[in-house]
Amino acid sequence: MESLSNKKKVLEQKPLNFAERMYLPAIVKGLGTTMSHFFKKSSTIRYPEQVREFSINWRGMHSLKRDEEGKERCTACGLCALSCPAEAITMIAAERKPEEKDLYREEKYAAVYEINMLRCIFCGLCEEACPKEAIYLDGPIVPSDYLRKDFIYGKDKLVEAPLEVK
Amino acid sequence: MSDLVKVTIDGITVEVAPGTSILNAARQIGGDIVPPAMCYYSKLEGSGGKCRTCIVKVSKGSEKDPRPMPKLVASCRTAVMDGMEVQNITSPEVLEARSGVVEILLINHPLDCPVCDQAGECDLQNLSYEHGLQKTRYEFERRTFERIDIGDKIQLHMNRCILCYRCVFVADQITNKRVHGILNRGDHSEISTYIQTAVENDFSGNVIDVCPVGALTDKTFRFKNRVWFTKPVDAHRNCNHEKCNGKVTLWYKGEDVLRVTARKDQFGEVEEFICNECRFDKKATADWVIEHPTHISDTSVISSNHYDTFKPLPVIKENLALQEANKVELEKTAKF
Repeated sequence: MESLSNKKKVLEQKPLNFAERMYLPAIVKGLGTTMSHFFKKSSTIRYPEQVREFSINWRGMHSLKRDEEGKERCTACGLCALSCPAEAITMIAAERKPEEKDLYREEKYAAVYEINMLRCIFCGLCEEACPKEAIYLDGPIVPSDYLRKDFIYGKDKLVEAPLEVK
Repeated sequence: MSDLVKVTIDGITVEVAPGTSILNAARQIGGDIVPPAMCYYSKLEGSGGKCRTCIVKVSKGSEKDPRPMPKLVASCRTAVMDGMEVQNITSPEVLEARSGVVEILLINHPLDCPVCDQAGECDLQNLSYEHGLQKTRYEFERRTFERIDIGDKIQLHMNRCILCYRCVFVADQITNKRVHGILNRGDHSEISTYIQTAVENDFSGNVIDVCPVGALTDKTFRFKNRVWFTKPVDAHRNCNHEKCNGKVTLWYKGEDVLRVTARKDQFGEVEEFICNECRFDKKATADWVIEHPTHISDTSVISSNHYDTFKPLPVIKENLALQEANKVELEKTAKF
């Protein structure tokens, strides 16, 4: 049947000439391309040891921030968990005791704060929802692991290290 | 004389009994035109007239005297007249004045919603969301108080109080002995028990429900969970107290009842006051007869994030015909 669009192109296949039938020139040419790459700059890096620079709007692993006095900013208000489309965040709030005043910023704090990194889609909505500027997705790529339970990150992995006074 | 008077609110005419306030006439119409109320409480005699959030414009006084009222009036304290015309949300003047009122209510408010247990069902939060500014213009120090434990069940955060007097009226009218009240005058006023007396009365817990902000909160629910993660369910029990009929809302998180409150109507007012035994001591599902899930408005944050996971009933596991019927749902659960 006649083509409607008329875009079809019929290729003409000529029989191979002698040099082409030998294949050797084509092999040499192909090897030449391969060899030339030995002397070019490698386009990959050795990942865990070397890390590429992230773009400024990169969203990686979460970190729970401390304020300028080293107190935890999170007050367990639950807005990150509410905004999370993947429902990856859970927390349990607790009341600050008078002697813990240096540890937590407000009278309420997150006693348990867990993010399931397998559920997380790194959309950054928790960061946007946070009224206390307590959570940021400013970390690296979440490392791989073997067990599902090891992807549930608690406060031990999420809270940033306290500032060291020099 | 006809028994009913005609009043037009935002172009909607309604016939109400003489002596009704404009606010209650608007509530009979319902919908968006109901002025918000922070201090007025229909179940408490004498409440209202303090917060000024319910102000409306009366563009026509009555049929006999059609002059408009010179200033905006508090709709909870102004009775309707025959032929009165009232503007609420149709008047830009009212909306501007109301946002001014909200700004003044927020002057001393700490805005600690992330910490406050009332967040999510707070009248002031809703009001400032609708009318308030994104920022404050107030530059001076806000007044601060230490929080006070009124007994072991009620927590008083005076910082958050807007002095609506509702809890004072509850103590006066619902309980038989009032031990707390407003101390001092003017901008020094504060709710207090004077010498830290425990408010102990069978109905004292109702001050928690009537408080429009988070000034009086349930200590047994303190920081347990956010309101919007819990599921409200209407329930009742046979209460031995003669004044309490045991009709409540249970707030569930999973299997546990975190909190018991009175049922609230569409205007945020409790339907019937409940006793302290129902509120604080009966926190097991076995104590209650569960009726149905509480209706929560779609716009409320409480109704968000309530996805249901399908948990197959035991009867399905044994019956092949039921398994076939629920095949699609069962496949969904098998993936996780």
